[in-house]
Amino acid sequence: MSDLFSSALSRRTFLSGALAVGAGATLAACSSSGSGGSASSSPSAATSSAAGAATGTINALFMKQAGYSEDHVRAMTTAFQAANPGATVNLEFVPYEALHDKIVAASAAGTYDLVLVDVIWPAEFATKGLVTDITDRIPSTWSNDVLAGALDSGLYQGKYYAVPWLLDTKYFFANKDMLTKAGVDPASLGTWDGVTAAAQSIKTKLGMKYPLIWSWPQSESVICDWAVLTASMGGKLFDDNGQPAFTAGGALQALEFMRKTIVDGITNPSSTQSAEDDVRKVISAGDAAMGLNWTYMYAAANDPKQSKVANQITISPVPSGGSGQISVNGSMAMAITSGAQNPDAAWAFAEYLSSEKLQEQYVTDSLPIWKASYDNPDVVKSAPDVVAAAKVQLGQMVNRPQVANYNAVSAKLQEAVQKALIGDLPVQQALDNANTEVQKLLTA
Amino acid sequence: MHRVRWWVYVIAAVVIFIALAPIVWLAIASVTPSAALLEKPLHFFPAQIDLSRWRAIFTQGQNSPAGAFRIAMLNSLIIAFGTVVISLLVGIPGAYAFSRLRFRGRRTALMSFLATYMVPTIALVIPLYLIMANLHLLNTRIGLIIVYSSFVTPFVLWSLSNYMDGVPRELDEAATIDGAGRLRILWSVLLPLTRPGIFAAILFATLLCWDEFLYALIFTSTTASKTIPVAVAEFSGKFSTDFGLVAAGGVLAALPPVFIALAFQRYLVAGLVSGAVKG
Amino acid sequence: MTEATVEVATKPRRARREGRTAFFLLVPAVVVVLGVVGWPLVTTVLNSFRRVESALPKAPKPFVGLHNYAYILSDSDFWNAVRNTLYFTFFNTGLELILGVGLGVLMFQPMRGRWLLRVAVILPWALPTVVNAAMWRYYMNADYGPLNAFLVQTGLRQDYYSFLGSGTSAMNSVILVDVWKNTSLVAFFVLAGLQVIPKELYESAEIDGAGALRRFWSITLPLLRPVLAVVLVLRTIEAFKVFDVIYVMTRGGPASSTTSLALYAYKTAFSDQLFGIGSAISLVIVLFCLSLSLFYIRALGGSMGPEQS
Repeated sequence: MSDLFSSALSRRTFLSGALAVGAGATLAACSSSGSGGSASSSPSAATSSAAGAATGTINALFMKQAGYSEDHVRAMTTAFQAANPGATVNLEFVPYEALHDKIVAASAAGTYDLVLVDVIWPAEFATKGLVTDITDRIPSTWSNDVLAGALDSGLYQGKYYAVPWLLDTKYFFANKDMLTKAGVDPASLGTWDGVTAAAQSIKTKLGMKYPLIWSWPQSESVICDWAVLTASMGGKLFDDNGQPAFTAGGALQALEFMRKTIVDGITNPSSTQSAEDDVRKVISAGDAAMGLNWTYMYAAANDPKQSKVANQITISPVPSGGSGQISVNGSMAMAITSGAQNPDAAWAFAEYLSSEKLQEQYVTDSLPIWKASYDNPDVVKSAPDVVAAAKVQLGQMVNRPQVANYNAVSAKLQEAVQKALIGDLPVQQALDNANTEVQKLLTA
Repeated sequence: MHRVRWWVYVIAAVVIFIALAPIVWLAIASVTPSAALLEKPLHFFPAQIDLSRWRAIFTQGQNSPAGAFRIAMLNSLIIAFGTVVISLLVGIPGAYAFSRLRFRGRRTALMSFLATYMVPTIALVIPLYLIMANLHLLNTRIGLIIVYSSFVTPFVLWSLSNYMDGVPRELDEAATIDGAGRLRILWSVLLPLTRPGIFAAILFATLLCWDEFLYALIFTSTTASKTIPVAVAEFSGKFSTDFGLVAAGGVLAALPPVFIALAFQRYLVAGLVSGAVKG
Repeated sequence: MTEATVEVATKPRRARREGRTAFFLLVPAVVVVLGVVGWPLVTTVLNSFRRVESALPKAPKPFVGLHNYAYILSDSDFWNAVRNTLYFTFFNTGLELILGVGLGVLMFQPMRGRWLLRVAVILPWALPTVVNAAMWRYYMNADYGPLNAFLVQTGLRQDYYSFLGSGTSAMNSVILVDVWKNTSLVAFFVLAGLQVIPKELYESAEIDGAGALRRFWSITLPLLRPVLAVVLVLRTIEAFKVFDVIYVMTRGGPASSTTSLALYAYKTAFSDQLFGIGSAISLVIVLFCLSLSLFYIRALGGSMGPEQS
């Protein structure tokens, strides 16, 4: 009896000891980042970046032009290797278009240890067994220190499958000169009703044919915008039990709103074939006054080399449809594959790349996942307008439905939404049809 | 032959315009500032010239998408050359067999070759990936040469055997009577007569390799092995594309096949047979 | 009499001897082709009868008989893709063939500056499909596309046109883009085929008083048949497998009106990771191509025609 008790006790002390060590390591990481020294190889950061120095070979798959440039990722990697002399990192970079298919094709061969994943893939990859559950590796402090939306990028059914890294969401962009000329108060753009009213006045007063442009082609982009509008109108595409909820409420209202802006002649009908970059281009050409887009548009649309309306474009959180200024999570995260030869080292590398210090050092490439960074004067200084909008928006993001066969579900939704937008089918009927198809997919 | 009528020249001019105009403007777009590309009304000849994309392609480091394009051009050339050589080496004897020899299952065999060409890349790419990984052929040019040869060869077999069918049999049968062996006939009688067909096949095979996208996308991800289509795909980020850079890449990518065609055009169109049949 | 008997007697022996030569001549090609696609092909056939939902080797792959085929046959998306693909193949190949023959004959004319024509014709073909599709996607853009600018500035249209905006228009645009690039292929094969037509035939036809059109119908076209069989089969296969140009230009939209069978197979196999069903779709594509090819070959002859003996 006493033996039993003592053994239990000893186990408990051991556990608490381990916890203390873990906490110490995390603290060390924080303090070293707080001191904010020069970039690379401070040895204390090295030991703290993992339970021990990482060793072995890590094969990692990254994305070309992924916020962080290839040269910067290579520089970060060199720093990591200097701090972990036992580790070798092989980097491969592919375009976003190839990323998903490459991960799938490589899964059987176990080519990669660490892969960059889009926020919509963890559910699929987890159910197919391509990536591993890293819930136990994630430090408990992250739930406080990391932006909730960022951390949720890797979440599926209560478990974490990815380390957040590239944070992105959609913002509302407007041409302030056009607003002024049309006599629109920028403060009125906090709601979608205000936006449609503004579009009407720009159309009549400036004679602009279509003041609004969106990215509503048959691809994931149209789901992103629909998700933004749905959330801001208090709806959900799927309920908390993973069942379709898009045939009524906010989702229905959102799609009706989208269609109505086309019928009313304030949305450019070419939106149904426009990608995000077309939105950027049309607004940059001065052919539209307002639109939703990802962070990258702010710099591009205000760059005189690429834009005819440079320094006229403002960035702000998305308008509210009555239920808040909620946008969509468009982040990317790093996942450890199930075929990884060296999962511990892969984790150490991922943790290093997403560390506060490193993300703040390369803040001009991508915004950090860390809450504290948004009060860091150096970060704010890097892009004051973006950081101001981001501070609000990154705290209010919704994820797209986290269902296992999301790609198939999304394809059905894209088709239905397009049919409604083009006017092939009434909104309700298009969504009802999609519901039937999606139900089939979920039960299959 | 006859004098060519004036209206034939008119048709030729229209054809040249339709074929060339989009590419000429592609070249113009590659030196047009990004902002000017969005103008409405568009100025087809920009007021300002912007050479930044060309400078990027020729001077940037290999880690940048523009710099990687240089290496991709070289990779594509090597891969196309290797593939064409292999496919011709194994394809010409095979085509001869299909065209000139009588054996059981000839039609089935030829159709089977053709059938492998009909299978969509999508079906083969994942099992092939596993094989390539096990043989350490991922991210290598040799790997792509081997894969490309597998779909260029059926095409060479098929098109050349058909072309040889068009060459009158009397010619090589006459040589048989003269006592020449099969290989000699193939080499010294049939091959010269098939030359236009072979060069058409070379051109087509080169362009098949030049064009191929999905295999290259999945099987290569290092600068040292990526091909042109993959390099061009990398000009697009997750959301943004600089069309000027795509345009510059496109113009460069179109040049080598044109040089090949020009170099071979003498063979492609030499009127060989008209003289030979008379003999 | 005696001669005939000798021929009959030697025929089987000769066939056997030629069979052996053919075998040795074909082995290298078989190795090059089957060495690469053999095993993947077997996997595809097997997977089409299994439920395969993960690329991992250890994932379960239960045998499901014809279930995958039954699934696609009952899927409205499949039939939509079949319709789109047939439409694409028919108009794409048809246009390319008609224009290609015309272009081949044109390039054959002894014109001055013929090289310029040939270079011009080869350029679209030399442009990689990915670039070609990206280029036209940009040219046809409804808001800033240069093609629209051209049409409006030359007065051919009043307003910018949304080429990729509606189903029919998007499909036709994709077809035209592919025709613009691939007609050159047909033209060059026709040009090569014209080289082997003896000039004497034309000369004697002319003496008989046949006009240019008549000569084209009764000499050129029949003698081009083997070449036409090659390009027709080739282009049909390529058109039936169409993927890149649609993927880049429309992603199968708007509202799935340009989704081809290959794109449908890609979405099923890669995006949804339903490899069993994806394999079944791929084999259906092969079946379609095979029957179309056999039909053409029957009609046009060539190496695949009736056994020559």
